[in-house]
Amino acid sequence: MSWTLALPILVPFCAAAAAFLLRNRRGSGWISVLGAVASVVLAIRLLLAVVENGVIATQMSAWDAPFGITLAADYLSAAMVLITAIISLGVSVWAMAEVGQISTRMGWHGLFQTLIGGVTGAFLTGDLFNLYVWFEVLLISSFGLLVIGGQRKAVDGAVKYVTLNLISTVLFLCAAGLTYGATGTLNMADLHAAVAAHPDQGLMTVIAMMFMFGFGLKAAVFPLFFWLPASYHTPHYAVSAVFAGLLTKVGVYALMRVFTLIFVGDQGYTHEILLWVACLTMLSGVLGAAAQSDFRKILSFHIVSQIGYMVLGLALMTPLALMGGVFYLLHHIIVKANLFLIAGVSRRLTGSSDLYAIGGLYRSAPLLGVLFLIPAFSLAGFPPLSGFWAKYVLVKASLDLGAWLVAFVALLTGLLTIFSMTKIWAEAFWKPHPDGRQPALSTIPPRQRLLLLSPVIALALMTVVIGLFPQPFVDFATVAAEQLLDPSAYIATVLPAGEAP
Amino acid sequence: METVLALLSGVLTACAVWLMLSGNLLRFLFGLLLLSNGVNLAIFAAGRLTEGAPPLLGSGGTLPGHEMANSLPQALLLTAIVIGFGLFAFALGLTIRAYRAFGHLNVDRMRLAEPEDDK
Repeated sequence: MSWTLALPILVPFCAAAAAFLLRNRRGSGWISVLGAVASVVLAIRLLLAVVENGVIATQMSAWDAPFGITLAADYLSAAMVLITAIISLGVSVWAMAEVGQISTRMGWHGLFQTLIGGVTGAFLTGDLFNLYVWFEVLLISSFGLLVIGGQRKAVDGAVKYVTLNLISTVLFLCAAGLTYGATGTLNMADLHAAVAAHPDQGLMTVIAMMFMFGFGLKAAVFPLFFWLPASYHTPHYAVSAVFAGLLTKVGVYALMRVFTLIFVGDQGYTHEILLWVACLTMLSGVLGAAAQSDFRKILSFHIVSQIGYMVLGLALMTPLALMGGVFYLLHHIIVKANLFLIAGVSRRLTGSSDLYAIGGLYRSAPLLGVLFLIPAFSLAGFPPLSGFWAKYVLVKASLDLGAWLVAFVALLTGLLTIFSMTKIWAEAFWKPHPDGRQPALSTIPPRQRLLLLSPVIALALMTVVIGLFPQPFVDFATVAAEQLLDPSAYIATVLPAGEAP
Repeated sequence: METVLALLSGVLTACAVWLMLSGNLLRFLFGLLLLSNGVNLAIFAAGRLTEGAPPLLGSGGTLPGHEMANSLPQALLLTAIVIGFGLFAFALGLTIRAYRAFGHLNVDRMRLAEPEDDK
């Protein structure tokens, strides 16, 4: 068994246990930060191993696949693990200044690390039922994070989040059980051949649709996204940031994995549905955002519309489109988490997140203004920021296929995104504060200011670097897309040699 | 036997959907409980049913001559039941918290996070 694959999952859980046991001590949150630093180091190690070998896999407790539980990492998984660790580090540092004593005593940092562990596990597992278990791990810790700090509003949001996510869980479980009943295996690599060889392809499509529903609800695609804007603006800002960055992306990742590796037999049906879903998700998300006037609610709706772009990359299923989807996924996590962190700082300065009740940030805190513009413009797809390349590739891929309508929707969504971002800019930053307050950054104590701003600056720098030097990231995403489209290397690595799949 | 289980699973799901659409949070949870049990039965039935054939090896590790039950679906079920129990316990706790916060369990009237006159 290879520790390179297991450690990125183990470390967050160790950090979680330590942070939870010491939650009544002062500074117990630093355990979480320490765990996140270790996660980043281990994720880089994993990424290097993957770049060297292509795909790596290991069998837990040394049972050969398809009988044991497989951990496997290809380019996409490894990149997702690294980006999870980066977000974990950024948010855990930021949370040191934001998450209060009461929440810490209730075990906030422990739950946070559990969530990171669950997300990492979902990215690394090579087994469908194991994926279900990781979904449960991250789901139950997200429930906890959502209600800690327990305002009435958070309880309201949590009710919708919990109930709708539980439905998706039940469907996912049912689909996994039926897959096993039909094929006799749950190992994803093994399923690739088993599903293709199954005599009743209609049944396979039915199961595929159940997976699409389950993962689609987690990924918050049209018409299953209603829980997201109902809940993401209610908890701690740190929780919002990590949810916005990572949770829906686990759903997108699962869609990408399942619909490139396992259910590719009836693409005319499944991927056509995904294409429509992608277009409607982009449009409904961005239109929903246009109607909102709360900083976090606007951002929440934009998560939905951006998910559409990633699903679009999967739905088109060409090398270029998938590359765009992967690139979008990676760039978006950084940008979105950062925007929520900035919303948190702005709330700290102005006392509210209602755009009509705040203002004056540009005059009194110009640094925050610049830091907001970087991810906001990147989200809308301005050159030369990372979002531009992501959108450019996806639009080009749809034009190559002659899908004019899709390209038009993608461009229109970009345009409307600019509208929402200028709305935030005009209301929160440009106009004077209605109460005449001067919300300067210097009103925050220096230590807290450092903790709040350093993750924001680091994530903004990453956005700029990806935007200015996109080539290595594009090359990386290209290999990731090739691996997704041609899973033979993945299958050969997971399944023991000599056994014909 | 499969037919009986399939019908039972269908009845459970139908009841679950009816309960979940009622708009009351507690009924929704009971519906969810029925739904997850319906799904559990479906998985159980999909894993092939064998009567009185436990998957045990004979003396010295020899394979028994007859067909054995497949223990994997049962292991999956146990995991799913345990996880479902934990999630349900949390959801029930949340329901109590919601009742204390709002004084009712009508989901349509829980509009605190999304006020109706939202502009």
